Amino acid sequence: MLGLSKSDIRIFLLVVVLTIFAPFILNPFPEASGLAQFNAGYPDLMQRFVIFGIFAIGFNILFGLTGYLSFGHAAFLGVGSYAAIWMMKLLTMNVIPGIIMSVLIAGIFAVAVGYISLKRTGIYFSILTLAFAQMSFALAYSVLTPITGGETGLQPKISDPRMLDAALASGEAPRANLFGLEMGTSYELALSGWVFTFNVGYYVAAIVMIIALYIAIRIFRSPFGVMLRAVKSNQQRMRYTGLNPKPYTLAAFVISGMYAGLAGGLMVAMDTQVGPERMFWTASGEVVLMTILGGTGTIVGPILGAGLIKYMENILSKINADILYEWFAMLPDSIADILVFVIYPFIGKGWHLTLGIIFMCVVIFLPGGLVEGGQRIGNMFGRKKKTEGEKSSQPAE
Amino acid sequence: MSILEIKNVSKRFGGLKALDDVNISVKENTVHAIIGPNGAGKSTLLNVLVGKLIPDEGSVEFDGNSLIGRKPHEINQMGVSRVFQTPEIFGDMTVYENILIPLFAKRDGAFRLHCIEHVEDEKDIVEKAKKMLQDVNMYEKLGMRAASLSRGDKRRLEMAMCLSQEPRLLLLDEPTAGMARADTNNTIDLLREIRETRDITLAIIEHDMHVVFSLAEHVTVMARGTPLVDDKPENIKGHPKVQEAYLGGHKEG
Repeated sequence: MLGLSKSDIRIFLLVVVLTIFAPFILNPFPEASGLAQFNAGYPDLMQRFVIFGIFAIGFNILFGLTGYLSFGHAAFLGVGSYAAIWMMKLLTMNVIPGIIMSVLIAGIFAVAVGYISLKRTGIYFSILTLAFAQMSFALAYSVLTPITGGETGLQPKISDPRMLDAALASGEAPRANLFGLEMGTSYELALSGWVFTFNVGYYVAAIVMIIALYIAIRIFRSPFGVMLRAVKSNQQRMRYTGLNPKPYTLAAFVISGMYAGLAGGLMVAMDTQVGPERMFWTASGEVVLMTILGGTGTIVGPILGAGLIKYMENILSKINADILYEWFAMLPDSIADILVFVIYPFIGKGWHLTLGIIFMCVVIFLPGGLVEGGQRIGNMFGRKKKTEGEKSSQPAE
Repeated sequence: MSILEIKNVSKRFGGLKALDDVNISVKENTVHAIIGPNGAGKSTLLNVLVGKLIPDEGSVEFDGNSLIGRKPHEINQMGVSRVFQTPEIFGDMTVYENILIPLFAKRDGAFRLHCIEHVEDEKDIVEKAKKMLQDVNMYEKLGMRAASLSRGDKRRLEMAMCLSQEPRLLLLDEPTAGMARADTNNTIDLLREIRETRDITLAIIEHDMHVVFSLAEHVTVMARGTPLVDDKPENIKGHPKVQEAYLGGHKEG
């Protein structure tokens, strides 16, 4: 089906179903309950899940397949964002031209950065990409202010030309839309205590992510994907097999740059603003963490990693000492004090500490990321059934 | 007819003359061995042939086309394959994928962005890969990680990868180095079989005289960067110049 193998189609359909029903799945707690703060089913966060999912899927095509660790991928995200916002300023508030342009411009930028950075491998390649990203950040922040808006960034204004759109009525703000359907529109469904929000922007981004994931799976399973893994495995043998590794790595770099640009374009489609901090090196590092955390070189790993990091960034960081005291209200004060003292560093602004510990545990105990964790759990339950089948399918030594 | 023509090739590394006016002609569909003591310039010569090094002087022609200045992948695409001293394979990929890669390279050239088709939909390539694995008795190991193979199997896999491209010239760099006698004999049999069943020229760089005299139809003995003798193996054995090169002097009488 769809040109995918059985196991791939299963994973793909699972992602599709989870994405469609995300507003339900991410809101498991009733609105009034104390656990409602762990609900992640609000539009802004759901949009982040899928957009950073796209970013990580693309990054994985480069890092997971070829092993080239780019430390400057946020530059493409930023360039894509600027391209999209300019389309909104000059052409139309419809998100389609912006998204297309963000992919194209990021792709062109990736050709230039990749051509130079790929002259080196290993740590030198990483440093070169980092240098490019930091240069882009610094330029966007200072010299290129006329194009980037400098420190304050850019937003669509009422006075922008927007050649394809009808003039706005006075006092009306420009809103991102898809042929008139506004990204910010949400429908709320209240079901005895639960409130589920269905947001247009989220579903637009989710559809784009599903398409992006489908293309990534096709790339993984294609002869081109095999060649990219060959780059990671043995470039010497590749050359002596009549293959030129250079164009393969450059193609992978550009494709992943375009994915990053797409993510940047979608971000603008959702929040209609952009600033240079989007290109800062920590943003480049974040996508590396997402990919490794989820499972480098796996199909769904990067999406899982992106989801986990964005969840922690938005949910864990909201919990503060007062909320902790509320939780432990039934305990004696002294015990509550101790518990709060112990837990406090890991929540609120301390969420990075929790992330760091999780990251270390994954790298040490689950080098294959969360996907490997899932597989191990799956094996634990499925072992009894499988042992006999496995024995017969294992080739004799 | 000669398939490989090496003429007046010299290569210097600083003050060291690694190759000094080398002239070798390799005839088509033969096994040609290049032997010599350490430092004779055998490996340098091989690296010149595959495009890893560019000689200071001289010409190398393969089937009438110059190889000088061409990149390794271009030379491979012309029909020259290379087997390394320690097998170079795609270690963290499966045996099956190891065979697919050279087949794709042969059909699609040095680069092709075909990222939409599924590998398994490339019926002709898949069929050839499976046939090749059967030919070298590795079909049962198709799903194994190449790095987990035994050394002998790695060597065999590397040969299969090279042969799947149907090269006209196969260069072998000490294919039996570090092998036990039994493995060496297996390799000799494998190479003999390859030579007998295909239209192929083998150029072997070798230390082991046993291998050379079991296989070669023609032998070039090198020492200090120059070919000393170029003759049939039976004429090489007692040749005074060869004994001098290997033993530092030949016995009189």
